Amino acid sequence: MNDFRDALLTAVSLIVNLNQDLTEIVLLSLQVSFSALIIAALIAMPIGAAVALYRFSGRTAIIIFMNALMGLPPVVVGLIVYLLLSRTGPLGVFGLLFTPTAMIVAQVLLIMPIIGALTRQVIEDLWAEYEEQLRSLGAGPGRAITALIWDGRYSLLTALLAGFGRASAEVGAVMIVGGNIDHVTRVMTTSIALEVSKGNLVLALALGCVLMTISLGANGGAYGMKALAERSEK
Amino acid sequence: MTFAIESIFPIELAGICYEIANKTLINNISFTLQANSRTVILGPNGAGKSLLLRLCHGLIQPSSGSIHWHGARTRQPADFQAMVFQRPIMLRRSAQANVEYALALKGVGRAGRKYLTHEVLKKVGLTEFAKRPARVMSVGEQQKLALARAWVLKPQVLFLDEPTASLDPASTYAFEEIIAEIHAAGTKIVMTTHNMGQAQRLADEILFIHQGQLLEQSSAASFFSAPKDSRAEAFIRGELLFNPNQEVNS
Repeated sequence: MNDFRDALLTAVSLIVNLNQDLTEIVLLSLQVSFSALIIAALIAMPIGAAVALYRFSGRTAIIIFMNALMGLPPVVVGLIVYLLLSRTGPLGVFGLLFTPTAMIVAQVLLIMPIIGALTRQVIEDLWAEYEEQLRSLGAGPGRAITALIWDGRYSLLTALLAGFGRASAEVGAVMIVGGNIDHVTRVMTTSIALEVSKGNLVLALALGCVLMTISLGANGGAYGMKALAERSEK
Repeated sequence: MTFAIESIFPIELAGICYEIANKTLINNISFTLQANSRTVILGPNGAGKSLLLRLCHGLIQPSSGSIHWHGARTRQPADFQAMVFQRPIMLRRSAQANVEYALALKGVGRAGRKYLTHEVLKKVGLTEFAKRPARVMSVGEQQKLALARAWVLKPQVLFLDEPTASLDPASTYAFEEIIAEIHAAGTKIVMTTHNMGQAQRLADEILFIHQGQLLEQSSAASFFSAPKDSRAEAFIRGELLFNPNQEVNS
C-alpha cells in the first residue's frame, strides 16, 4: 500500500514538474489521437449522414456492417495496417511503418465506424423529425445534410467523444504499427504497457493519471456543453 | 424580391387515390382549385384532410390519379408553395435563423435574407423574439414563426394543416389575423380544419371530406346555408360522423 502511495506521489510530482519524458509522450499521444479524430470525422460523418438520408439497395447491410465494425479488435486493425505499410506491402514504398502517421492511420480505421454509426443514428432521428418541413421548404436530402449536422451538433459531439476515447485509450494497434519507439512513436498507452512490464510503476502511474484526466476532462466538458445547449435550445 | 413570376393556378386533381397496405385512405378525389380564394378542407378527424393537403403539396405521391398545376412552365410548382404543419417544426437555432434558412434554400443572398427576415418577423409581431432559440418559444409563438417562415417565401399558395389545433383562443385569433393579411397580399390559402367556427370565419370555399371521399365542393355561403350532402348537413348540425370500423388515419 505504501509502495502504491509513494508511486502515486512521485507520479503527481512528475506531472506537476512537467517531466520532459512525460510531456513528450503526452503531447505525441494527443497529436496522434486528435489527428485521427479529425480525419475520421471528416470521412465518417458525411458517410453516416448519407446512409441516414438516402434509401438505396444494400443500405441495411451497410448499417449492420458499420455497427459491427464498432467492435473491431484493435490488434486486427494493427495487423492489417502493418501488412499494408510493411516494406513488402502495397503501401510499403511510403515508408510509414513505425511512424506516428502509421499510428494515425490505424486509429482512423478504428474510430471511423464508431463516428459513422453514431452519426447515422443522430442524423436519422433528426431527419425523421425534420423531413416534411425541410422538403416543404425545398431541401432534399443533399441540401439538408449540413442543416442536420449543425442541428445535431451536440449529439454529434458525443460521437466525436466516443471516437476520441477509443483512439486515446487504444494500445494494441498503435503498438503493432508504431513499435513503441522511444522519442518517436511512444504514446501514453504503449508506454504504460512497457513501464508496467519493466516494473517502473511510477511513470506508468503518472501516465495513467494524465490519461484519466484527459478522458474525464473531455467527457465532462462535452457533457457540460450538451447540458447547457439542451437547457437553452431544448 | 419576388418568387411569383407566373401563376401556377388552377390546380387540378383528377381521380386521386392514396393507398397504404391495401387500405384506401383517399378514394378517387377530383377537384379544381382556383387562385386567390381561401379554400377550407373540412371534415371529421381521420377523414383524410391532412393526406389530401400533403398530396397537393407534393410531400406524398398518389397511388393513382394525377395532380396538375397549370401555368408553372418554367419552374417547379413546389417553388411557389409553402406549408405550415399542425405541430410547428423548428430547427435548433434562433427564430431569425429559422426564417433565414428558408430563404437561403431559395437562393436569397445574405443581405436579402436579413432584410426579409426582419420585415416578416415585424409583421407577425415576433421582432423581440428574433434572437431567441426557436424551440424554447411557446407553441403559439412557434406556430407564428412557422407562418412567418412560410410567408417570407411569398408563395402563391399556402397550405395550412390544422395550424391552430394546439392554440388557445387568443393565439388562434392572432394567427387568423395573419392568415387574413397573407391572403390580402395575394396568396391562396388552402387550410384543413375540423373546427366549424374557424371554417365559417375563414372560408370562401369548402371542400367537405369524409372517409377519404370528397362529398361536396361549394362556396362557404351555400355550404353552410344549404349543404347538398346529408353527411355534410349532419356535420354542420354538430352530429358525430364516424365509421366504427374505420381506423383513424388523419
